[in-house]
Amino acid sequence: MTLSMRPDFSTIAGWISPGARVLDLGCYDGSLLAHLSASRGARGYGIEIDDEGVVASIGNGVNVLQSDLESGLAGFDDRSFDSVILSQTLQAMRRVEAIVDEMLRVGREAIVSFPNFGHWSHRTQVLQGRMPVSPSIPYQWYNTPNIHLCTVDDFDAFCTERKVHVVERVVLHQARRVRLLPNLLGSLAIYRLRSA
Amino acid sequence: MALSSGAVMPSFELAYETYGTLNASRSNAILVCHALNASHHVAGTYAGVAESEGWWDNMIGPGKPVDTDRYFVIGVNNLGSCFGSTGPASTHPATGKPWGADFPIVTVEDWVDAQARLADHLDIERFFAVMGGSLGGMQALSWSIRYPKRIANALVIAAAPNLSAQNIAFNEVARAAIMTDPEFYGGHYYEHGTKPDRGLRVARMIGHITYISDEQMAEKFGRQLREGLNFSFAPEFQIESYLRHQGEKFAEYFDANTYLRITKALDYFDPAKGANGDLARALSPATCRFLVIAFTTDWRFTPARSREIVKALVDNQRDVSYAEIVAPHGHDAFLLDTPQYHAVLRAYLDKAAR
Repeated sequence: MTLSMRPDFSTIAGWISPGARVLDLGCYDGSLLAHLSASRGARGYGIEIDDEGVVASIGNGVNVLQSDLESGLAGFDDRSFDSVILSQTLQAMRRVEAIVDEMLRVGREAIVSFPNFGHWSHRTQVLQGRMPVSPSIPYQWYNTPNIHLCTVDDFDAFCTERKVHVVERVVLHQARRVRLLPNLLGSLAIYRLRSA
Repeated sequence: MALSSGAVMPSFELAYETYGTLNASRSNAILVCHALNASHHVAGTYAGVAESEGWWDNMIGPGKPVDTDRYFVIGVNNLGSCFGSTGPASTHPATGKPWGADFPIVTVEDWVDAQARLADHLDIERFFAVMGGSLGGMQALSWSIRYPKRIANALVIAAAPNLSAQNIAFNEVARAAIMTDPEFYGGHYYEHGTKPDRGLRVARMIGHITYISDEQMAEKFGRQLREGLNFSFAPEFQIESYLRHQGEKFAEYFDANTYLRITKALDYFDPAKGANGDLARALSPATCRFLVIAFTTDWRFTPARSREIVKALVDNQRDVSYAEIVAPHGHDAFLLDTPQYHAVLRAYLDKAAR
């Protein structure tokens, strides 16, 4: 089984303390957990609903629990993980508020990454009258799994409204950190969150 | 061997079969535990015997998910069963007569202890895996608790951490059918030269209903008739003749006293009982890796019951993967070859072997 390396992995790994207990929501083939296990000695579980993802995770030696995230994290006790991660899945979830609440219940910290809809290339496509298609959101409007796309500024406001403390925020474009005008120049946002 | 009941088995025999080759480090052995009605004959066929496929032949064999080119597989018939291991039909050493009703009630823990003796006999210190479906999965779970150092992987399929009241109720109806058969003679029917076949058939018919999903039964049989309605009590619906056939076939080869005892072992299985109902605490001695598998339409041991096991393992921070297989067949799905089910097992065992 080949492991993929997505651009947010190394940022996420940097926020995981050695030997931490992690829960990776929507882990697909377990690549992130395998990376965190190899680089940080992290231990934990992935949650995946897709049959192929479950087989791939098992093949990668990653603990995977087949379950639907939309039904919450009922099987997990409060504060039972150091970090609960939702890597590039938030935008495809039906119940965004509920899953963020659940992540902050089960984890001491939550790590969320998502494609930034505010990236200039998306904005120009909308200005030209089309739904944006880009490397970070590579779908047509009719076949996209993404139903809750947002911008960096949107997510900042979401955290403020819901009194979620943003411990750190990293915005990337083509795997490089974007510090200037991140909501315009960044294509991938990664947040480290705690309950306020 | 001392049993859970306090009784002592002075000596006993276990029938077993092996497949594949034990490697030099004796580290590739997989013990396969059977459920209610099966035996040590898990795979392959007997030369010259028609329809002699092992009960898990689609799972175990060369190139199959449990690959006997790689693993040394052991099938064992449990204590109290009727396929060659010491059971109620065996001769009581003190009396020279069949044990009959005097054969003790054995538990999952007793079976596991007896299997551990088989492992000693085969000079296997640690199983690569113990696996089973249904009651067999319960034995794998029990292995992980009782002999944590002797098992590297537990494969717990279509199982539950204990039986629900409904499960026990079905078992009790099955036992009542056997014990009220006039040919049962309080369990000493061997001496009377009889068999409580009528009771055993009904027991099997009841059991069979619980192994199949409503959906599957509807698809396979629906309300189909054999000929038409004759206003009689002869089997008219296809499902009736199917169940009767299953019951008759079963009573030909299975022993009623064994059926009583195995259903009792199912009813008694409850590892959390010794931990005030706390399954996580009961599983805390287990250190092996786990693969837990459930089937969506299994209403005998539902996915929710498997998730209880998973939660207890997660609470203990154990390595566990859980797959919920979409399959229409009900409990029997664990014996079938749904591609996703076999893919999961294959991926797990392939990775574990590397």
